[in-house]
Amino acid sequence: MTLQEVTIPAPREITTEPRRSDKVFRAVVTSGGVSSLVILGLIALFLGYRGFEVLRQEGMGFITHSDWSITTDDAGNVVESHFGLAAMLVGTILCSLIAVVIALPVSVFCALFLNFYAPTWLKKIMVTIIDMMAAFPSILFGIWGFLVLMPSVEYWAKLLHRYLGFIPAFDMQVPVYTRSPFVAGVVLAIMIIPIITSVSREIFSQAPLDRIQAAYALGATRWAMIKAVVIPHGRSGVIGGAMLGLGRAMGETVAVFTVLNIVFQINWQMLLGAGGNVASLIILKFGDASPYEIKALMAAGLVLFLLTLIVNGLANLIVKTTGKSGR
Amino acid sequence: MTTSHENEKEKMQTSVKPNSLASVAQANPAKVPGTRAMGTGLETRGVHAWFGKHHALSDISLDFAAGTVTALIGPSGCGKSTFIRTINRMHEFIPGAAMAGEVLLDGKDVYAPGTDVTKIRLQIGMVFQKPNPFPSMTIGENVLSGLKLAQIKVDNKDDLLEECLERAGLWSEVKDRLGAHGGSLSGGQQQRLCIARALAVRPQVLLMDEPCSALDPGSTLRIEETIRHLSDTMTIIIVTHNMQQAARVSDYTAFFLSDGGPGQMIEVAPTSEIFSRPQDQRTENYVTGRFG
Repeated sequence: MTLQEVTIPAPREITTEPRRSDKVFRAVVTSGGVSSLVILGLIALFLGYRGFEVLRQEGMGFITHSDWSITTDDAGNVVESHFGLAAMLVGTILCSLIAVVIALPVSVFCALFLNFYAPTWLKKIMVTIIDMMAAFPSILFGIWGFLVLMPSVEYWAKLLHRYLGFIPAFDMQVPVYTRSPFVAGVVLAIMIIPIITSVSREIFSQAPLDRIQAAYALGATRWAMIKAVVIPHGRSGVIGGAMLGLGRAMGETVAVFTVLNIVFQINWQMLLGAGGNVASLIILKFGDASPYEIKALMAAGLVLFLLTLIVNGLANLIVKTTGKSGR
Repeated sequence: MTTSHENEKEKMQTSVKPNSLASVAQANPAKVPGTRAMGTGLETRGVHAWFGKHHALSDISLDFAAGTVTALIGPSGCGKSTFIRTINRMHEFIPGAAMAGEVLLDGKDVYAPGTDVTKIRLQIGMVFQKPNPFPSMTIGENVLSGLKLAQIKVDNKDDLLEECLERAGLWSEVKDRLGAHGGSLSGGQQQRLCIARALAVRPQVLLMDEPCSALDPGSTLRIEETIRHLSDTMTIIIVTHNMQQAARVSDYTAFFLSDGGPGQMIEVAPTSEIFSRPQDQRTENYVTGRFG
């Protein structure tokens, strides 16, 4: 039979008719999946709607100026207002970056220790404690930071200033070391260490046994095996954990509020006692805000929301473009 | 293992059916040990193994002469894999694992206190059941990964790379794409890549734990050819469920069996003998396919 004799049929349409139980289950999981998106969208919509008036009035100044003032006359009408978040945005990024820079290595080492070095009994105890720490109320971290860390961090801050002061970020003109983005960053770091440790431990424990054995069989030491197998395998998961931690650090309110003075001044110097973050600004102003100022705070919330999305998106992009697949 | 094989072979040839396991085995006459200058090889003396309270392996004493291929056969769960893992000390990674007895490499006990276990594993390489190249490394990096892991310096990496891939029978297939990832190869190629990787650290002994059980017949044949070539320069111990394979590649065969208790070695002999005139009834039942 030659090819010409065969009439080539059109491809058939392939359909599947799922059973009723499958349809029901699909509806349940779909609603679960969609609801989180819907809630997120509604929050963004609400913040945008409430903050729209302020955003329109301030324009780009809302994120480029550092100013927060509102004047009302006796009747409560707004006479003059200036809202600019720049200092708070810088503070948010600075504090959470410090937190991740400190927390990431500690967490990764902790996760490696728990998976590959700790005896079983110690591992069980530590895993329980670390998971409990992740669920610890943040105000307790804040109070601890205020009462314990702030007095003792002075020593470390002075060391940083003395030996790294030539780097602008560690420079410091006024020798007052207590309240600073550095302290806030350390408190946040302690808060996010359990999260990053938990995620890293989970991903490291899933490193494929056959490759671990292959490395050992080639004469690898434990450390060489970890470098060759476990870290490439866990890399993207660890970065994911760091992003979770970064997200929590950026949105953290109370812990930062207790250890940092909110000052409307753009401050990249981590030892200087000025800064604040967006979330702590909202809690500071929310109690006695006029209706118009509330709108400004809503707009601030929207900006924080977008900032978090952007940072996460960027991080994902970095992972995707630089990541060699270790799987 | 010091029988006079030539005489045995002549006797056997009269009674062997064509294409039987025995005839396959006879096509590969056992090498006479001691004819090569490669050290005294490997010996195990009264090796026992436990996993926690479970006694997995009892009293295995075997000699592996330098430059020979020994096949370990036996039904599942008889301790073959456990046994070869005691040889390169991979056994101890399982929590609760313990062993007794001695494993002597060139007369030195690999379990002696103060022994650097990573050095032992450099001398006794291993190929696993499932091909396990490192997916984050290229083909070339995979072959040389042992050097990096064990921090060995080599002058001419390219020559070593080519030599190892050549010996593993993979060079002609991958020489133009050494920069591709290991995962891009077929299963059989990946397994030969793993063999090349094991060769790069120049082991004296190569342990193979069912190296072909996940592969197609064509790839299996390629690997068997590779094993025959490699046995000129090293001692090979291969665990296999495929008796045809044992008959094709090995000089000696050891039959392991567990009667519900710990695994024991029932019999060891030149391969042609195991498949034609086993001494033990249980061996005969197994190699003739009556159980297992």
